[in-house]
Amino acid sequence: MTDPILSARDVRVTFDIRPRSAMPWTPSQKLKAVSGVSFDLMAGQTLGIVGESGCGKSTLARALIRLVPAESGQVIWMGQNLLDLSTSDMRRVRSDIQMIFQDPLASLNPRMTIGQIVEEPLITHHPELSKSDRVTRVRETLDRVGILPNMINHYPHEFSGGQCQRIGIARALILKPKLIICDEPVSALDVSIQAQVVNLLKELQAEMGLSLIFIAHDLSIVKHISDHVMVLYLGNMVELSTSADLYATPRHPYTQTLISSVPVADPRYVKPDVDKIVNSDLPSPINPPSGCVFRTRCAHATDLCSQTKPPVDDLGRGHLVACHHWKTVPALVS
Amino acid sequence: MTLLSVENLTVRFETPDGTVNAVNDLNFTLDRGQSLAIVGESGSGKSQTVFSLMGLLAANGRATGRAVLDGQDILNLPPRELNKIRPEKMAMVFQDPMTSLNPYMRLSDQLTEVLVHHRGMSKRDALAAAVRMLDAVRIPEAKTRIHMYPHELSGGMRQRVVIAMALLCEPDLLIADEPTTALDVTVQEQIMDLLASLQRDLDMAMILITHDLGVVASSCRDMLVMYGGQVMEYGKTIDLFEAPSHPYTRGLLSAIPRLDQQSDSLVAIPGNPPNMMAPPSGCPFHPRCTYADAGCSSHNPTLTPYQDRQRACLKSAEELS
Repeated sequence: MTDPILSARDVRVTFDIRPRSAMPWTPSQKLKAVSGVSFDLMAGQTLGIVGESGCGKSTLARALIRLVPAESGQVIWMGQNLLDLSTSDMRRVRSDIQMIFQDPLASLNPRMTIGQIVEEPLITHHPELSKSDRVTRVRETLDRVGILPNMINHYPHEFSGGQCQRIGIARALILKPKLIICDEPVSALDVSIQAQVVNLLKELQAEMGLSLIFIAHDLSIVKHISDHVMVLYLGNMVELSTSADLYATPRHPYTQTLISSVPVADPRYVKPDVDKIVNSDLPSPINPPSGCVFRTRCAHATDLCSQTKPPVDDLGRGHLVACHHWKTVPALVS
Repeated sequence: MTLLSVENLTVRFETPDGTVNAVNDLNFTLDRGQSLAIVGESGSGKSQTVFSLMGLLAANGRATGRAVLDGQDILNLPPRELNKIRPEKMAMVFQDPMTSLNPYMRLSDQLTEVLVHHRGMSKRDALAAAVRMLDAVRIPEAKTRIHMYPHELSGGMRQRVVIAMALLCEPDLLIADEPTTALDVTVQEQIMDLLASLQRDLDMAMILITHDLGVVASSCRDMLVMYGGQVMEYGKTIDLFEAPSHPYTRGLLSAIPRLDQQSDSLVAIPGNPPNMMAPPSGCPFHPRCTYADAGCSSHNPTLTPYQDRQRACLKSAEELS
């Protein structure tokens, strides 16, 4: 086993919420967006992060590269803790860690040509390059993601959603990063285009030895691209395992519900019988349930679940589960 | 018994940059109590098809053809006539549950409005009926929740309210335009189960618009695949899934990542969706089709019967295998 390229240890992100009606002296409420998440990402591998909206997956990714301040914890990137770095040191690291966003059109500046958009990271991080060197790199990168280089003087609105996402990928790639954080990169795309973008990411990964953190709410796409998958619920890690293990033998009741809820594209498919989520609403992260955060919706919850937070158990082969009752929860049969 | 039959439906939009042919010569029928899925990528014309039925086209849009609902042509009816038909015979559920509710009105006011106007109910009776309907869509504590504002509910709850609102007058036809796209998978499953059971209970026909083939597989008997404003393939869902005979249907089915299967690389459809301002000549799918030849770029295929379904492709199914 090689050393991980990125390790997160007990990362916590808390937002201060002030209700509009609050008086100046009322203390602000704390929203725990991420409460103590740890994982290791190996070089050249992909970590998928899944969960419902509001579970903290985007906040976690942003906290890793300090787009939102983490309250505590460590993010070890090649031996240094990113959360301790000065702003100027952090800027240097950012050329190694790039990000791709969900909405392809909104993440491109409408007043810049795509050539300028893809070139901009080079100007920031490599001011020593001449204009012609930069243009060569821009053309190479655009060509690599499947955008004709003669389009560099066009504006983002002239491209379709899939093409805009390719341009976003080109902007992330041009600095030759080691890690790309993809925040729902294909959610806004049609299926046929989604497949193109996912295949492109996989090719680039194999070619350049990229590591990826892939955030999505679509479990089937995550299964397809990830080596490891982490399931988040209300800011807590509930299960983390290799992609194969997690989908074949999910142990946490929440993971089981998530997996069995995905509609299968087969008219003859019969749904497996699982103990379903009891209550459909996600509890408020401002006032999360005591003990296990999932207990309010869990069919297996007992008194123990409301009293103590479940420890993270290692089932072997790196399969981690945070549930008091994982031994007795029936397996998902499909 | 046929509830809705759509014949040669064409939708055009006049824009300053020219005419956009959003829907071309669409034909389909829907029986009472049955469900039809309209599947396609964004810009394929699936939403404009149902907007034209509901009389919701933008001011620069024009629909031609016929759409006979329960013996009456409903296409291009004046609003006054449509308002008589709309909640009683057909109703619609929209994609985004936040924007389809009025944020300034309590649920009670939004839900009772339709009953007071169309059924002539008193405010009190309408309120009781609305609470019963919220119970039916399984909103807990409907009696207290009905006095809330939309922002006080979660996305899944809001979508339930929108469904309840559409069902208040017990329509014969429910049109659901991507009802679960904005929701999480766990909620999506609940909403789809709810729609299926309500459909059974009320003997209601449903047109489901979606791009998620997984949702189609579990919920609709018939399926219509659209691309570039035209029908590519139309038949029973089970037949189309098991033996897709059109290159586009095949591409769509193989492009979806499957949880129940293991594959290394997804089969993508090359190219990009067509620009409807300047649609490709001939078959709209030919620039992205691996089987296309010169004939496909000059001739537009028409929908013709093939075995148990209809397909629009110049290549015979045998040529494609």
